[in-house]
Amino acid sequence: MPRYGMVIDTRKCVGCQDCVIACKTENNIPEGYNRDWIVTEAKGKFPDIQLEIRTERCNHCSETPCVSCCPTGASHIHDVGGVVLVEHNMCIGCKACVEACPYDARFIHPDGYADKCTFCIHRVEKGQKPACVEVCPTYCMYFGDLDDPNSEVSKLLQSRKWHINLPDAGTQPNIFYLV
Amino acid sequence: MNELLELTTTRNNPHVDPSMAMWEWQIPVYLFLGGMVAGMMIIAGYFLFSGRHKESNCSCFFIPIVSVVLLSLGMFALFLDLAHKLYVWRLYTTFQFTSPMSWGAWILILVYPALIANILIKPAKWMTDRIPKLNEYSKKINDHPFLVKNIGIANMILGMMLGAYTGVLLSTMGSRPLWNTSLLWVLFLVSGLSAAAAFVHLFAKNKYESELLAKADNGFLIIELFVFVMIFLGLLSSARPHIEAAHLLLSGAYAPVFWVFVIGIGIIVPLIIQLLAVNHKVSHTAIAPILVIVGGLILRFVIVSAGQYSHWFNAHLH
Repeated sequence: MPRYGMVIDTRKCVGCQDCVIACKTENNIPEGYNRDWIVTEAKGKFPDIQLEIRTERCNHCSETPCVSCCPTGASHIHDVGGVVLVEHNMCIGCKACVEACPYDARFIHPDGYADKCTFCIHRVEKGQKPACVEVCPTYCMYFGDLDDPNSEVSKLLQSRKWHINLPDAGTQPNIFYLV
Repeated sequence: MNELLELTTTRNNPHVDPSMAMWEWQIPVYLFLGGMVAGMMIIAGYFLFSGRHKESNCSCFFIPIVSVVLLSLGMFALFLDLAHKLYVWRLYTTFQFTSPMSWGAWILILVYPALIANILIKPAKWMTDRIPKLNEYSKKINDHPFLVKNIGIANMILGMMLGAYTGVLLSTMGSRPLWNTSLLWVLFLVSGLSAAAAFVHLFAKNKYESELLAKADNGFLIIELFVFVMIFLGLLSSARPHIEAAHLLLSGAYAPVFWVFVIGIGIIVPLIIQLLAVNHKVSHTAIAPILVIVGGLILRFVIVSAGQYSHWFNAHLH
Protein backbone atom coordinates (compact mmCIF):
# COMPACT_ATOMS: atom_id res chain seq x y z
CA MET A 1 0.00 0.00 0.00
CA PRO A 2 1.42 3.43 -0.85
CA ARG A 3 2.20 6.08 1.75
CA TYR A 4 1.47 9.42 0.19
CA GLY A 5 3.62 12.36 1.09
CA MET A 6 4.88 15.67 -0.19
CA VAL A 7 8.32 17.09 -0.66
CA ILE A 8 8.56 20.86 -0.84
CA ASP A 9 11.68 22.62 -2.03
CA THR A 10 12.02 25.69 0.17
CA ARG A 11 14.80 26.97 -2.13
CA LYS A 12 12.31 27.23 -4.99
CA CYS A 13 9.20 28.39 -3.08
CA VAL A 14 8.65 32.12 -3.47
CA GLY A 15 5.47 32.32 -1.40
CA CYS A 16 3.28 33.35 -4.33
CA GLN A 17 0.17 31.67 -2.80
CA ASP A 18 -0.84 30.01 -6.06
CA CYS A 19 -1.17 26.77 -4.07
CA VAL A 20 -3.46 28.53 -1.61
CA ILE A 21 -5.74 29.85 -4.34
CA ALA A 22 -5.70 26.52 -6.19
CA CYS A 23 -6.78 24.69 -3.03
CA LYS A 24 -9.54 27.18 -2.31
CA THR A 25 -10.84 26.90 -5.86
CA GLU A 26 -10.56 23.12 -6.16
CA ASN A 27 -12.06 22.37 -2.76
CA ASN A 28 -14.51 25.26 -2.54
CA ILE A 29 -13.03 26.59 0.71
CA PRO A 30 -15.10 29.46 2.14
CA GLU A 31 -13.68 32.95 2.36
CA GLY A 32 -11.50 33.52 5.42
CA TYR A 33 -10.50 29.85 5.78
CA ASN A 34 -7.38 28.08 4.56
CA ARG A 35 -6.43 24.44 4.14
CA ASP A 36 -2.93 25.51 3.08
CA TRP A 37 -0.91 28.63 3.73
CA ILE A 38 2.53 30.21 3.41
CA VAL A 39 4.96 30.51 6.31
CA THR A 40 7.95 32.80 6.11
CA GLU A 41 10.73 32.31 8.60
CA ALA A 42 13.57 34.79 8.92
CA LYS A 43 16.45 34.37 11.33
CA GLY A 44 19.75 36.01 11.97
CA LYS A 45 21.53 39.24 12.72
CA PHE A 46 21.71 41.93 10.07
CA PRO A 47 23.23 41.66 7.49
CA ASP A 48 23.52 37.90 7.97
CA ILE A 49 19.88 36.83 7.57
CA GLN A 50 18.52 33.44 6.59
CA LEU A 51 15.09 33.15 5.02
CA GLU A 52 12.87 30.14 4.47
CA ILE A 53 9.54 30.30 2.67
CA ARG A 54 7.38 27.21 2.79
CA THR A 55 3.87 26.19 1.87
CA GLU A 56 2.20 24.34 4.75
CA ARG A 57 -0.89 22.15 5.22
CA CYS A 58 -1.98 19.07 7.16
CA ASN A 59 1.08 16.82 7.41
CA HIS A 60 -0.92 13.58 7.07
CA CYS A 61 1.17 12.24 9.93
CA SER A 62 1.88 8.57 10.52
CA GLU A 63 1.11 9.05 14.24
CA THR A 64 -2.25 10.81 14.27
CA PRO A 65 -3.43 12.43 17.54
CA CYS A 66 -6.32 13.94 15.55
CA VAL A 67 -7.59 10.47 14.69
CA SER A 68 -7.06 8.87 18.09
CA CYS A 69 -8.90 11.66 19.95
CA CYS A 70 -11.96 11.60 17.67
CA PRO A 71 -14.99 10.34 19.64
CA THR A 72 -17.00 9.25 16.60
CA GLY A 73 -14.43 7.88 14.18
CA ALA A 74 -15.14 10.74 11.74
CA SER A 75 -11.45 11.62 11.69
CA HIS A 76 -9.84 8.58 10.08
CA ILE A 77 -6.97 7.25 8.00
CA HIS A 78 -8.02 6.60 4.41
CA ASP A 79 -7.62 3.13 2.90
CA VAL A 80 -5.40 4.55 0.17
CA GLY A 81 -2.05 6.17 0.92
CA GLY A 82 -2.50 6.69 4.66
CA VAL A 83 -4.18 10.03 3.97
CA VAL A 84 -5.90 11.55 7.03
CA LEU A 85 -9.51 12.51 6.26
CA VAL A 86 -12.69 13.66 8.02
CA GLU A 87 -16.06 12.06 7.27
CA HIS A 88 -18.25 15.16 7.36
CA ASN A 89 -21.52 13.47 8.27
CA MET A 90 -19.92 11.63 11.19
CA CYS A 91 -18.27 14.73 12.68
CA ILE A 92 -20.06 16.36 15.63
CA GLY A 93 -17.86 19.48 15.61
CA CYS A 94 -16.42 18.86 19.09
CA LYS A 95 -13.10 20.44 18.02
CA ALA A 96 -10.97 17.84 19.83
CA CYS A 97 -9.02 17.09 16.63
CA VAL A 98 -8.41 20.81 16.05
CA GLU A 99 -6.92 21.03 19.54
CA ALA A 100 -4.97 17.78 19.15
CA CYS A 101 -3.05 18.88 16.04
CA PRO A 102 0.32 20.41 16.99
CA TYR A 103 0.43 22.10 13.55
CA ASP A 104 -2.97 23.80 14.02
CA ALA A 105 -3.75 22.51 10.53
CA ARG A 106 -7.47 22.00 11.11
CA PHE A 107 -10.37 24.40 11.40
CA ILE A 108 -14.12 24.22 11.82
CA HIS A 109 -15.88 24.69 8.49
CA PRO A 110 -18.80 27.19 8.65
CA ASP A 111 -21.07 24.17 8.00
CA GLY A 112 -19.96 22.73 11.36
CA TYR A 113 -17.52 19.91 10.64
CA ALA A 114 -13.75 19.77 11.12
CA ASP A 115 -11.97 20.46 7.86
CA LYS A 116 -8.41 20.32 6.51
CA CYS A 117 -6.23 19.31 3.58
CA THR A 118 -7.18 15.99 1.96
CA PHE A 119 -4.11 15.77 -0.33
CA CYS A 120 -6.88 16.23 -2.96
CA ILE A 121 -7.50 12.50 -2.66
CA HIS A 122 -10.42 12.84 -5.10
CA ARG A 123 -7.90 13.91 -7.76
CA VAL A 124 -5.13 11.55 -6.68
CA GLU A 125 -7.43 8.54 -6.97
CA LYS A 126 -8.05 9.56 -10.59
CA GLY A 127 -4.33 9.67 -11.23
CA GLN A 128 -4.01 13.46 -10.99
CA LYS A 129 -1.79 15.53 -8.71
CA PRO A 130 -3.16 17.53 -5.78
CA ALA A 131 -4.36 20.96 -6.99
CA CYS A 132 -1.61 22.85 -5.12
CA VAL A 133 1.13 20.71 -6.68
CA GLU A 134 -0.44 20.98 -10.13
CA VAL A 135 -0.39 24.78 -10.23
CA CYS A 136 2.94 25.60 -8.55
CA PRO A 137 4.71 27.96 -10.98
CA THR A 138 8.19 27.26 -9.55
CA TYR A 139 7.67 23.47 -9.44
CA CYS A 140 8.71 23.46 -5.80
CA MET A 141 6.15 20.83 -4.74
CA TYR A 142 6.37 17.09 -5.32
CA PHE A 143 3.75 14.48 -4.44
CA GLY A 144 4.14 10.73 -4.42
CA ASP A 145 4.61 7.43 -2.62
CA LEU A 146 7.19 7.68 0.14
CA ASP A 147 7.32 3.88 0.48
CA ASP A 148 8.38 3.44 -3.14
CA PRO A 149 12.17 3.90 -3.24
CA ASN A 150 11.99 4.75 -6.95
CA SER A 151 9.41 7.53 -6.61
CA GLU A 152 10.44 11.13 -7.25
CA VAL A 153 9.76 12.09 -3.62
CA SER A 154 11.87 9.22 -2.24
CA LYS A 155 14.76 10.06 -4.53
CA LEU A 156 14.66 13.71 -3.53
CA LEU A 157 14.76 12.75 0.14
CA GLN A 158 17.73 10.51 -0.52
CA SER A 159 19.70 13.13 -2.42
CA ARG A 160 18.86 16.38 -0.63
CA LYS A 161 18.95 17.74 2.92
CA TRP A 162 15.51 18.18 4.41
CA HIS A 163 13.59 18.91 7.61
CA ILE A 164 10.12 18.14 8.84
CA ASN A 165 7.96 20.50 10.88
CA LEU A 166 7.89 20.07 14.69
CA PRO A 167 9.92 16.85 14.82
CA ASP A 168 9.76 16.97 18.64
CA ALA A 169 5.96 16.70 18.60
CA GLY A 170 6.50 13.10 17.50
CA THR A 171 3.69 12.80 14.99
CA GLN A 172 5.93 11.63 12.13
CA PRO A 173 4.67 14.04 9.48
CA ASN A 174 4.71 13.02 5.81
CA ILE A 175 5.55 16.43 4.39
CA PHE A 176 9.25 17.13 3.97
CA TYR A 177 10.96 20.44 3.32
CA LEU A 178 14.11 20.48 1.22
CA VAL A 179 16.70 23.00 2.40
CA MET B 1 21.75 44.26 17.39
CA ASN B 2 20.19 41.06 18.70
CA GLU B 3 19.55 38.06 16.54
CA LEU B 4 15.98 38.06 15.31
CA LEU B 5 13.55 35.29 14.55
CA GLU B 6 10.45 36.24 12.63
CA LEU B 7 7.75 33.75 11.78
CA THR B 8 4.81 34.92 9.70
CA THR B 9 1.91 32.94 8.33
CA THR B 10 -0.89 33.70 5.90
CA ARG B 11 -3.19 31.15 7.53
CA ASN B 12 -5.42 33.23 9.81
CA ASN B 13 -8.17 30.62 10.32
CA PRO B 14 -10.93 31.73 12.75
CA HIS B 15 -10.31 30.61 16.36
CA VAL B 16 -7.00 29.03 15.31
CA ASP B 17 -4.90 32.12 14.63
CA PRO B 18 -3.14 34.01 16.08
CA SER B 19 -3.44 31.48 18.89
CA MET B 20 -5.77 28.53 19.42
CA ALA B 21 -9.10 29.58 20.97
CA MET B 22 -11.43 26.86 19.71
CA TRP B 23 -12.85 26.00 23.10
CA GLU B 24 -14.57 28.95 24.70
CA TRP B 25 -16.66 29.32 27.90
CA GLN B 26 -18.71 26.17 27.33
CA ILE B 27 -15.83 23.76 27.92
CA PRO B 28 -14.53 25.17 31.25
CA VAL B 29 -18.12 25.48 32.52
CA TYR B 30 -18.75 21.84 31.65
CA LEU B 31 -15.43 20.69 33.12
CA PHE B 32 -16.23 22.55 36.33
CA LEU B 33 -19.81 21.28 36.67
CA GLY B 34 -18.76 17.75 35.66
CA GLY B 35 -15.92 17.84 38.19
CA MET B 36 -18.13 19.15 40.99
CA VAL B 37 -20.85 16.56 40.27
CA ALA B 38 -18.13 13.89 40.26
CA GLY B 39 -17.04 15.05 43.71
CA MET B 40 -20.64 15.10 44.96
CA MET B 41 -21.19 11.55 43.70
CA ILE B 42 -18.12 10.39 45.61
CA ILE B 43 -19.32 12.16 48.77
CA ALA B 44 -22.90 10.87 48.49
CA GLY B 45 -21.60 7.42 47.60
CA TYR B 46 -19.40 7.42 50.68
CA PHE B 47 -22.32 8.46 52.91
CA LEU B 48 -24.47 5.65 51.47
CA PHE B 49 -21.65 3.13 51.83
CA SER B 50 -21.08 4.08 55.45
CA GLY B 51 -24.80 3.77 56.28
CA ARG B 52 -25.44 7.47 56.86
CA HIS B 53 -28.68 7.25 54.84
CA LYS B 54 -30.36 6.04 58.03
CA GLU B 55 -30.18 9.64 59.26
CA SER B 56 -33.27 11.46 58.00
CA ASN B 57 -31.33 14.64 57.08
CA CYS B 58 -28.38 12.94 55.38
CA SER B 59 -26.91 15.03 52.54
CA CYS B 60 -26.94 11.92 50.34
CA PHE B 61 -30.61 12.61 49.60
CA PHE B 62 -30.35 16.08 48.09
CA ILE B 63 -26.93 15.60 46.47
CA PRO B 64 -28.14 13.37 43.57
CA ILE B 65 -31.02 15.72 42.73
CA VAL B 66 -28.70 18.73 42.58
CA SER B 67 -26.19 16.60 40.67
CA VAL B 68 -28.70 15.69 37.95
CA VAL B 69 -29.55 19.38 37.48
CA LEU B 70 -25.93 20.61 37.46
CA LEU B 71 -24.66 17.80 35.24
CA SER B 72 -27.49 18.41 32.76
CA LEU B 73 -26.60 22.11 32.69
CA GLY B 74 -22.97 21.16 32.05
CA MET B 75 -23.92 18.77 29.27
CA PHE B 76 -26.09 21.47 27.75
CA ALA B 77 -23.05 23.78 27.72
CA LEU B 78 -21.11 20.98 26.02
CA PHE B 79 -23.90 20.62 23.46
CA LEU B 80 -23.80 24.37 22.80
CA ASP B 81 -20.09 24.00 22.02
CA LEU B 82 -20.68 21.41 19.28
CA ALA B 83 -20.41 22.96 15.83
CA HIS B 84 -22.29 20.12 14.10
CA LYS B 85 -25.11 19.74 16.62
CA LEU B 86 -27.51 17.58 14.61
CA TYR B 87 -24.89 14.84 14.48
CA VAL B 88 -24.45 14.55 18.27
CA TRP B 89 -26.03 11.06 18.18
CA ARG B 90 -22.90 9.85 16.39
CA LEU B 91 -21.26 9.69 19.84
CA TYR B 92 -23.52 6.78 20.69
CA THR B 93 -23.18 4.64 17.59
CA THR B 94 -19.56 3.82 18.40
CA PHE B 95 -16.96 3.47 21.13
CA GLN B 96 -13.50 4.82 20.33
CA PHE B 97 -11.05 3.29 22.77
CA THR B 98 -8.33 5.93 22.35
CA SER B 99 -10.69 8.92 22.58
CA PRO B 100 -11.27 10.29 26.10
CA MET B 101 -14.30 12.12 24.73
CA SER B 102 -15.85 8.82 23.66
CA TRP B 103 -15.15 7.39 27.12
CA GLY B 104 -16.73 10.50 28.62
CA ALA B 105 -19.86 10.21 26.50
CA TRP B 106 -20.42 6.64 27.71
CA ILE B 107 -19.47 7.42 31.32
CA LEU B 108 -22.15 10.14 31.31
CA ILE B 109 -24.69 7.56 30.14
CA LEU B 110 -23.79 5.39 33.15
CA VAL B 111 -23.72 8.29 35.61
CA TYR B 112 -27.42 9.14 35.25
CA PRO B 113 -28.77 5.70 36.31
CA ALA B 114 -26.42 5.75 39.34
CA LEU B 115 -27.73 9.20 40.33
CA ILE B 116 -31.34 8.11 39.81
CA ALA B 117 -30.77 4.97 41.89
CA ASN B 118 -29.42 7.22 44.63
CA ILE B 119 -32.48 9.49 44.37
CA LEU B 120 -34.78 6.46 44.64
CA ILE B 121 -33.36 5.48 48.05
CA LYS B 122 -35.34 8.33 49.55
CA PRO B 123 -37.15 10.40 46.93
CA ALA B 124 -38.05 13.98 47.88
CA LYS B 125 -41.61 14.66 48.97
CA TRP B 126 -42.42 16.74 45.88
CA MET B 127 -41.49 13.70 43.81
CA THR B 128 -43.55 11.15 45.72
CA ASP B 129 -46.53 13.53 45.76
CA ARG B 130 -46.52 13.46 41.98
CA ILE B 131 -45.45 9.83 41.49
CA PRO B 132 -46.57 7.79 44.53
CA LYS B 133 -45.10 4.62 43.01
CA LEU B 134 -41.64 5.95 43.89
CA ASN B 135 -42.35 5.03 47.51
CA GLU B 136 -42.64 1.36 46.49
CA TYR B 137 -39.24 1.45 44.72
CA SER B 138 -37.74 3.19 47.70
CA LYS B 139 -39.06 0.52 50.06
CA LYS B 140 -37.77 -2.28 47.84
CA ILE B 141 -34.26 -0.76 47.79
CA ASN B 142 -34.23 -0.09 51.52
CA ASP B 143 -35.31 -3.69 52.23
CA HIS B 144 -31.92 -4.75 50.90
CA PRO B 145 -29.12 -2.90 52.75
CA PHE B 146 -26.48 -4.45 50.45
CA LEU B 147 -28.23 -2.77 47.52
CA VAL B 148 -27.90 0.64 49.18
CA LYS B 149 -24.20 -0.09 49.80
CA ASN B 150 -23.72 -1.08 46.17
CA ILE B 151 -25.48 2.05 44.93
CA GLY B 152 -23.00 3.95 47.10
CA ILE B 153 -20.07 2.05 45.59
CA ALA B 154 -21.40 2.63 42.05
CA ASN B 155 -21.71 6.36 42.74
CA MET B 156 -18.16 6.53 44.12
CA ILE B 157 -16.64 4.62 41.18
CA LEU B 158 -18.58 6.51 38.50
CA GLY B 159 -17.84 9.81 40.28
CA MET B 160 -14.14 9.02 40.15
CA MET B 161 -14.37 8.07 36.47
CA LEU B 162 -16.28 11.26 35.65
CA GLY B 163 -13.89 13.49 37.59
CA ALA B 164 -10.80 11.80 36.17
CA TYR B 165 -11.96 11.84 32.56
CA THR B 166 -12.47 15.62 32.60
CA GLY B 167 -8.71 15.91 33.17
CA VAL B 168 -7.68 13.08 30.84
CA LEU B 169 -9.68 14.78 28.08
CA LEU B 170 -7.15 17.61 28.09
CA SER B 171 -4.01 15.78 29.20
CA THR B 172 -3.97 13.44 26.19
CA MET B 173 -3.35 16.44 23.91
CA GLY B 174 0.38 16.29 23.22
CA SER B 175 -0.13 19.34 21.02
CA ARG B 176 -0.84 21.61 24.03
CA PRO B 177 2.18 21.41 26.36
CA LEU B 178 0.40 22.86 29.41
CA TRP B 179 -2.27 20.14 29.33
CA ASN B 180 0.18 17.40 28.48
CA THR B 181 0.78 16.30 32.06
CA SER B 182 -0.68 13.03 33.27
CA LEU B 183 -1.34 14.66 36.66
CA LEU B 184 -4.08 16.86 35.24
CA TRP B 185 -6.79 14.34 36.06
CA VAL B 186 -5.62 14.27 39.69
CA LEU B 187 -5.82 18.07 39.81
CA PHE B 188 -9.32 18.12 38.33
CA LEU B 189 -10.52 15.25 40.52
CA VAL B 190 -9.22 16.86 43.73
CA SER B 191 -10.51 20.26 42.68
CA GLY B 192 -13.89 18.69 41.89
CA LEU B 193 -13.95 16.99 45.30
CA SER B 194 -13.01 20.27 46.95
CA ALA B 195 -15.77 22.25 45.19
CA ALA B 196 -18.25 19.46 45.95
CA ALA B 197 -17.32 19.38 49.64
CA ALA B 198 -17.74 23.17 49.75
CA PHE B 199 -21.10 23.00 48.00
CA VAL B 200 -22.50 20.24 50.20
CA HIS B 201 -21.11 21.96 53.31
CA LEU B 202 -23.10 25.07 52.33
CA PHE B 203 -26.40 23.20 52.15
CA ALA B 204 -25.95 20.27 54.55
CA LYS B 205 -28.60 20.15 57.30
CA ASN B 206 -26.72 17.50 59.23
CA LYS B 207 -24.22 19.15 61.63
CA TYR B 208 -21.81 16.18 61.66
CA GLU B 209 -21.65 16.06 57.86
CA SER B 210 -21.22 19.80 57.56
CA GLU B 211 -18.25 19.73 59.94
CA LEU B 212 -16.79 16.61 58.32
CA LEU B 213 -16.94 18.18 54.85
CA ALA B 214 -15.26 21.40 56.01
CA LYS B 215 -12.40 19.29 57.38
CA ALA B 216 -12.31 17.16 54.23
CA ASP B 217 -12.27 20.29 52.08
CA ASN B 218 -9.19 21.54 53.93
CA GLY B 219 -7.53 18.24 53.08
CA PHE B 220 -8.54 18.50 49.43
CA LEU B 221 -7.25 22.09 49.18
CA ILE B 222 -3.87 21.11 50.66
CA ILE B 223 -3.63 18.12 48.28
CA GLU B 224 -4.53 20.45 45.39
CA LEU B 225 -1.59 22.69 46.28
CA PHE B 226 0.75 19.67 46.30
CA VAL B 227 -0.62 18.52 42.93
CA PHE B 228 0.06 21.97 41.50
CA VAL B 229 3.65 21.80 42.78
CA MET B 230 4.13 18.40 41.17
CA ILE B 231 2.59 19.48 37.86
CA PHE B 232 4.94 22.44 37.71
CA LEU B 233 7.95 20.28 38.66
CA GLY B 234 7.03 17.95 35.83
CA LEU B 235 6.58 20.71 33.27
CA LEU B 236 9.65 22.70 34.34
CA SER B 237 11.92 19.66 34.08
CA SER B 238 10.57 18.74 30.63
CA ALA B 239 11.15 20.10 27.11
CA ARG B 240 11.21 23.78 26.22
CA PRO B 241 7.55 24.07 25.12
CA HIS B 242 6.54 22.58 28.49
CA ILE B 243 8.80 24.93 30.43
CA GLU B 244 7.30 27.87 28.55
CA ALA B 245 3.81 26.51 29.25
CA ALA B 246 4.53 26.38 32.99
CA HIS B 247 5.80 29.95 32.86
CA LEU B 248 2.54 31.07 31.25
CA LEU B 249 0.92 30.45 34.64
CA LEU B 250 3.87 31.12 36.93
CA SER B 251 5.15 34.38 35.50
CA GLY B 252 3.56 34.98 32.10
CA ALA B 253 0.31 36.29 30.68
CA TYR B 254 -1.86 34.13 32.92
CA ALA B 255 0.16 34.67 36.12
CA PRO B 256 -2.01 37.43 37.67
CA VAL B 257 -5.25 35.50 37.32
CA PHE B 258 -3.56 32.24 38.33
CA TRP B 259 -1.88 33.55 41.49
CA VAL B 260 -4.66 35.89 42.61
CA PHE B 261 -7.81 33.94 41.75
CA VAL B 262 -6.81 30.26 41.50
CA ILE B 263 -4.19 30.01 44.23
CA GLY B 264 -5.00 33.03 46.43
CA ILE B 265 -8.76 33.46 46.47
CA GLY B 266 -9.56 29.89 45.38
CA ILE B 267 -7.27 27.93 47.71
CA ILE B 268 -5.17 29.86 50.27
CA VAL B 269 -7.78 32.31 51.62
CA PRO B 270 -10.60 29.75 52.03
CA LEU B 271 -8.10 27.26 53.47
CA ILE B 272 -7.08 29.74 56.18
CA ILE B 273 -10.71 30.67 56.95
CA GLN B 274 -11.79 27.03 57.07
CA LEU B 275 -8.83 25.94 59.19
CA LEU B 276 -9.81 28.62 61.72
CA ALA B 277 -13.45 27.52 61.50
CA VAL B 278 -12.86 23.81 62.11
CA ASN B 279 -10.65 24.74 65.06
CA HIS B 280 -13.51 26.86 66.41
CA LYS B 281 -11.56 30.14 66.22
CA VAL B 282 -14.20 31.65 63.92
CA SER B 283 -17.70 30.46 63.08
CA HIS B 284 -18.57 28.81 59.78
CA THR B 285 -19.76 31.24 57.13
CA ALA B 286 -20.59 30.88 53.45
CA ILE B 287 -17.49 32.87 52.46
CA ALA B 288 -14.91 30.06 52.34
CA PRO B 289 -17.08 27.54 50.44
CA ILE B 290 -18.15 30.18 47.90
CA LEU B 291 -14.49 31.15 47.32
CA VAL B 292 -13.59 27.48 46.82
CA ILE B 293 -16.39 27.01 44.27
CA VAL B 294 -15.56 30.21 42.37
CA GLY B 295 -11.85 29.29 42.48
CA GLY B 296 -12.64 25.87 40.98
CA LEU B 297 -14.54 27.50 38.12
CA ILE B 298 -11.74 29.99 37.43
CA LEU B 299 -9.20 27.15 37.55
CA ARG B 300 -10.98 25.44 34.62
CA PHE B 301 -11.11 28.70 32.65
CA VAL B 302 -7.40 29.36 33.21
CA ILE B 303 -6.30 25.82 32.34
CA VAL B 304 -8.47 25.64 29.20
CA SER B 305 -7.45 29.09 27.96
CA ALA B 306 -3.74 28.97 28.85
CA GLY B 307 -3.51 25.37 27.62
CA GLN B 308 -4.80 26.36 24.20
CA TYR B 309 -2.35 29.25 24.15
CA SER B 310 0.61 26.96 24.95
CA HIS B 311 2.12 25.52 21.78
CA TRP B 312 5.07 24.05 19.95
CA PHE B 313 7.30 26.44 18.10
CA ASN B 314 7.38 26.00 14.32
CA ALA B 315 10.85 27.40 13.63
CA HIS B 316 13.55 25.47 11.80
CA LEU B 317 16.42 27.70 10.81
CA HIS B 318 19.63 27.21 12.73
